Amino acid sequence: MAGLMVGFGHYTHAIVRGIPASLAKEALRSSQSEVDVVNARREHEAYVEVLGTRLGLEVVELPADESLPDCVFVEDAAVVCGDTALITRPGAESRRRETEAMKGALKDLNLNIVEMTDENATLDGGDVLFTGREFFVGLSKRTNQRGAEILADAFKDYAVSTVPVLEGLHLKSFCSMGGPGLIVIGSSEPAQKALKIMQQMSDHRYDKLTVPDDLAANCIYMNLPNKGHVLLHPTAEEFPESVKVFEKLKDHMLIPVSNMEKVKVDGALTCCSVLINKKGNI
Amino acid sequence: MTTEAGSETEVKEKAEESAAQPDRSEKAKEETQEVPNAEGEEKEKEKEKEGKEGKGIARYLPTWLKKQKSQSQTSPTKEGPPTEEAVSKVTQEEDGPAPEVNGHAEEEEEEEEEKEEKEAVKSEQVKEKEAESHSTASADTEPAKEEKVEESAEKAADETTVTTEGEGAEEQKKEQEGEEEGGGGGGGGEEEEEEEGHTSIFQSPLRLVRKTKMKLMACHVALLDGTDFTCEVEKRAKGQYLFFKVCEHLNLMEKDYFGLSYTDSHEQKCWLDPTKEIKRQIRSNNWQFVFNVKFYPPDPSLLTEDITRYLLCLQLREDVASGRLPCSFVTHALLGSYTLQAEVGDYEPDQPRPLDNVSQLTFAPNQSKEMEEKILELHKSHRGMTPAQADTQFLENAKKLSMYGVDLHHAKDSEGVDIMLGVCANGLLVYKDRLRINRFAWPKILKISYKRNNFYIKIRPGETEQFESTVGFKLQNHRSAKRLWKVCVENHSFFRLNAPEPPTKARFLTLGSKFRYSGRTQAQTRVASSLIDRPAPNFERTSSKRISRSLDGAPVINITEASSENGREPHLELQSDSKSPMRVHGDNIYVRHSNLMLEDHDKTQEDVLKHQASISQLKRSFMEAPPPSPPQPNQWEKRLTSSPATTIRIQQQQHVTTEVEIEETVVVQEVSIAPKPGLVTVTASSPADPPAEQETREQEVTVEEEEVVVAEEAKVSKQESVSSESESEEEAEYHPNVSVSICHTQIPEEKEEEEEQEEEAEDKTAAEQGMLPPDAPSLPAEVSQAVEATSQEAEEDLEAEKSKNAEEEKEAERGMEERTGDPMMTPEEAPNGHALPEESAKGMVASAEEEEEPTMNGEASLAEAEPRPQVICCSEPPVVKTEMVTISDTFAAQKTEIATKEVPIVHTETKTITYEAAQLDGNSDGEPGVLMTAQTITSESLCTTTTTHITKMLKGGLSETRIEKRIVITGDCDIDHDQALAQAIKEAKEQHPDMSVTRVVVHKETELAEEED
Repeated sequence: MAGLMVGFGHYTHAIVRGIPASLAKEALRSSQSEVDVVNARREHEAYVEVLGTRLGLEVVELPADESLPDCVFVEDAAVVCGDTALITRPGAESRRRETEAMKGALKDLNLNIVEMTDENATLDGGDVLFTGREFFVGLSKRTNQRGAEILADAFKDYAVSTVPVLEGLHLKSFCSMGGPGLIVIGSSEPAQKALKIMQQMSDHRYDKLTVPDDLAANCIYMNLPNKGHVLLHPTAEEFPESVKVFEKLKDHMLIPVSNMEKVKVDGALTCCSVLINKKGNI
Repeated sequence: MTTEAGSETEVKEKAEESAAQPDRSEKAKEETQEVPNAEGEEKEKEKEKEGKEGKGIARYLPTWLKKQKSQSQTSPTKEGPPTEEAVSKVTQEEDGPAPEVNGHAEEEEEEEEEKEEKEAVKSEQVKEKEAESHSTASADTEPAKEEKVEESAEKAADETTVTTEGEGAEEQKKEQEGEEEGGGGGGGGEEEEEEEGHTSIFQSPLRLVRKTKMKLMACHVALLDGTDFTCEVEKRAKGQYLFFKVCEHLNLMEKDYFGLSYTDSHEQKCWLDPTKEIKRQIRSNNWQFVFNVKFYPPDPSLLTEDITRYLLCLQLREDVASGRLPCSFVTHALLGSYTLQAEVGDYEPDQPRPLDNVSQLTFAPNQSKEMEEKILELHKSHRGMTPAQADTQFLENAKKLSMYGVDLHHAKDSEGVDIMLGVCANGLLVYKDRLRINRFAWPKILKISYKRNNFYIKIRPGETEQFESTVGFKLQNHRSAKRLWKVCVENHSFFRLNAPEPPTKARFLTLGSKFRYSGRTQAQTRVASSLIDRPAPNFERTSSKRISRSLDGAPVINITEASSENGREPHLELQSDSKSPMRVHGDNIYVRHSNLMLEDHDKTQEDVLKHQASISQLKRSFMEAPPPSPPQPNQWEKRLTSSPATTIRIQQQQHVTTEVEIEETVVVQEVSIAPKPGLVTVTASSPADPPAEQETREQEVTVEEEEVVVAEEAKVSKQESVSSESESEEEAEYHPNVSVSICHTQIPEEKEEEEEQEEEAEDKTAAEQGMLPPDAPSLPAEVSQAVEATSQEAEEDLEAEKSKNAEEEKEAERGMEERTGDPMMTPEEAPNGHALPEESAKGMVASAEEEEEPTMNGEASLAEAEPRPQVICCSEPPVVKTEMVTISDTFAAQKTEIATKEVPIVHTETKTITYEAAQLDGNSDGEPGVLMTAQTITSESLCTTTTTHITKMLKGGLSETRIEKRIVITGDCDIDHDQALAQAIKEAKEQHPDMSVTRVVVHKETELAEEED
């Protein structure tokens, strides 16, 4: 049965997208770094395989678009909660067209589509943290107030609080959900500050899991039948200290997923998929 | 002399009247009964205030006012005044008070109300005249009675042991009452009767008329199921009466979550204050109300009865359908499906056109066919679910909605950006459009206040922050700010009090708070509902009549409109604690402990020195004497205590008290020397006590710390309320900060207008009260009458118009009384008390007026506080030195002059040092208030008696909580009052860091007899 806020982390579908060759040079990035497209694609394949094969999600893989170098980061193009999907208006102009394919895929999944048509609004899905009980929207370079308002309008059941993102690309560049009521947060000052704001803004109590590396705080949590708590987190190769922290989560099935190449273009684990729960929905 | 007689006469008259006119008394009783504790208290307070303040203030009053009052007052008492005169007097009185009342009114609304009342009064006057036959008759009878009374009074005086000064007055009142009860015997045993009786002399005619002709108003209450409940209530009925009637009709026991709302003249939805008269809140003659959920229980599953959940469901369905409670398509469908299941039952596949039924109901603002189909689809899945289960499921989903129970108010931030402020169980939410941009949990809020159209919250500093910060919002107007403040106060108290209180707090007297919220807290109501022992009531689930109507655009619409933007904007007037802005502004209070000096206006320095010396001697002698009888709760107190809300309030108040800071602006030393009549504080309170007191010769250093809890004026500070709330909770800290700081600072600015009004009101009241004193000396009898009259007038007028002011005054008076007087003292009786002193004075004078001016002195002593006591009303720190000689008669019964003579003459020197915050006084006096709640907590240790009075007053929507803590240190001869005072204050402050000490009264009672001898 349905109901509000039940089954946080329950997913049945995942939407991903291929990596265009243009990623290497044209993808937006905050640091000057060379990206090996081959390695990136290999990484991504492993990522998709975890979602589909290991975790049993039904994976919808959209083809890469060379004109959209950042198109692999599908998270920014849509926010899905329940059976409502908000098609965003990405803050980076070069990415606006990424939503087209996403919209089509979501429609195919019979989700209620809400589009962000306001030209004053920008929203990247990477700035949207859904905790299961409410939304936090980071106000960043990519996301503005108007975008957050539209998101709030799309998901009326939930409180939508705004959180200033002073450093980093997105809100989820330094945090993510690690379980029901558990926020994984980086240890940097901006990250901790953002966490405090979130805690203040919320009527609910959240536990926090602080990891030494901000980037390692971006994980994917799922609650899957027969598997229980599942956490996809960066590898020890990248963030050895942070992984030690993850390993303290005894109840979680921990799945390290390499993300060494995509991180060079500010891609984190959550960026590369849109997770959907179809069965549980009413 | 006269005064005394008058007072007694009044009483007797009352008693007689009551006896003679059973109807009246009955009516009066009814009224009193109807009125929650508060009324009785208020009345008492008013009386006291009038009595005390009146005299003092009288000086300042214009002569014409005095004359009027005096006349009116006198008329009744005077012998055989023609009925016409009496009538005219009555009318005059009425007229006189009314204007004053206006001045008092802070709020427009109130003023209006008052005016209305006045008008009503006038109209009633005619009736009264008609009825006057009664009054006249009473008047005629009165004279004779008066005589009797006087005699009795004298006797009483003897018996009475006496009271000193202001305190004495209170006590005296009590005594009088006691006498009345005892002597009058036949008269009316019940306090209420007596009280009314006092008032009744003048009022009685009016009241009688009113009662007899009491208009019944037809009330239309829109219920949640869409039906209308119509009933008739007396025009003067309080909100509570109607609310209970509705709850009775609904068979609802868990009623604390609900309330009645009405739409005010500004199209704003307001909560009907249960403690105030309906007609004062509703401007129009259209008595239309809506029964609504006021506090949305965060977890409806914890409700005890299904009927309660059902009503909550009805409210939420309406909220959802109107869009006030936004939710997604899916949620709309889900909630709708549960509604269907609850009201229609299982889905019937055979039904020909199921969709038709669905589309007849409104589930969402924009209900689409698609949604209806979804609802139907989901409905099918609920097969087998009982209505109660469906309701439960409905609530389980609805409660998770982010806007569940959030009361939205339009506002602007400091930069003028439109925002919404949402008040909910957890705190205050700030929205910009639909986004939550900030949140202030109740524990984070130290103080809530409003000033003009600004709304402020003071935020507790974070872990890394050193200073608390204040966040301000602009509301549309003052009314909106006040409304928001009230809602905050109420919600805070209702929900926040849940938290278990830390043991520390528990020890203090914490009362529910200044908070105006008068009802139970959620915690309390849960306890109460857990005790519900009745079979689940059967109730009919009307199939969403209301919802269906909404389609038609009927009743639902109203709700939607009203609430949609502003959300629900209930005005919980009840809860407003802030009595007077002045008080609230405790910051400005200066402490002048060092200045405490005993000054005898009446006496020379030598006398003073003598007194002091004698005092020290007396102290020694007193050492031996038994400690004063422990303060006994007044009737008022008892009532208060009995009230359900008491506990909570107590807690809150205590916190408030905690805040007490020692800041005294004015040091008033009152040494009243009443020659013969020794004032036994106790006397009044308990018949038995007086003798004991007399015997004991008590040396009491009474340090009464009145914490003007800073009545947070609604304007200035919601904080207070908050504070009160916090008090109740763990965060006592809140309160302190709130009350003190806010009050002082804010008051000046915000309440300029209010203050002025208040001041005016104060003046008026003072004038009224004061008028008496001047006259009194010359015309004792008249004076007493005047007092009575004033009190009566005050009661009526005050109730109607000035009720607020009066209440405040009363509170102030109480405070005064308490401070000066004994713990026992009954505020109500204070007026009478004056009379008693006089009486005592008479007897005293005759027999033993050893000390200086007998009657005069006696009166002075009685009035003492008032005229000189400027403390109360006046900004000036008057130094009054009153030496009271209390002659205590061992046998109250023997009140004859003889007795007096026989009675050991104990000279009591009473030094009363009062520190007052000038601001506080003004507020208290000026503003009319409705007494919301009052509690008294008394704790005793070996030589220390601590009495805490917590009073909640509602003034014009502002609630003021006043915690008055009286610490009586009974000492040996050697007690250094300064030291004791300092110690007491220190301790009090330790307990309640934020408490402000408004007034410190050092009361020394010494037996002068020895010395003199």
